[in-house]
Amino acid sequence: MGTLTIGCFASLVGSKSLDFALKLSKAAVDKGHKVNIWLSSNGTMMGKANQKHLKDYSTSEKYVKELLEKGVEICECEACALARGIQKPEAIQGIKWDAMHWYLAKIYNSDRVLQIGGE
Amino acid sequence: MSVIEVGIIIQRPPYKSETATLGFTHAISYQVVDIYLDDGQSVTPKVCLIGEGVLNCLKNHKAMENYGVTSIESHIKNALLVDLDIYVCREDLERFGISEDRLVDAEDMGADKKIQVVPFSEIQKILEQTKHILVF
Repeated sequence: MGTLTIGCFASLVGSKSLDFALKLSKAAVDKGHKVNIWLSSNGTMMGKANQKHLKDYSTSEKYVKELLEKGVEICECEACALARGIQKPEAIQGIKWDAMHWYLAKIYNSDRVLQIGGE
Repeated sequence: MSVIEVGIIIQRPPYKSETATLGFTHAISYQVVDIYLDDGQSVTPKVCLIGEGVLNCLKNHKAMENYGVTSIESHIKNALLVDLDIYVCREDLERFGISEDRLVDAEDMGADKKIQVVPFSEIQKILEQTKHILVF
């Protein structure tokens, strides 16, 4: 089985890119692959707890928790989150907080890397 | 000893979005990647500026004055100072009418590296040798 690392830079609300990343991650992990997710830029919104599910907007919290339970490693860019007013206690439990070298290190050990850009 | 090369393509212009800045900051972070890897393992980014991304390497940014943020010029200088390879597409520079004397350098900081202006065919060869590619 392989290792897939996904860099998520898109916004949770306003695009379906993160929704795609989560579903792809679930499909990969269900097939037995190892998955790592890096949240950077507007992608850091994905890691915030207490998201309210309004039917017109994407939410990720339920899916993120499910992925964490399945062993997916998810890491949030600390600087990107803090710059957006997201504090560590507000993050979904189980998500790591680190810096960009975490992403590069995961890339080192990955068979495939998918970068989902913010723009 | 096992070092992999990661291609970092920057194709977005400066400051319109955060994207170009993130390309450079992710590249520079290679300096400390070793702390998460085993002995002898490392990552070497190859930064390639193409399309509107070549606009990032113009000199004399006024980002701090205008936006209150660190300039991409400063990130480029830091990248050169830590010996990152930065390649700029010659054809795209010509398309924008940018001459090489208008490009950022980090001589004032004592960097040995310079931005390398190369044809697109050379960038393709560089990227073919990388294990993974990140597009910003």
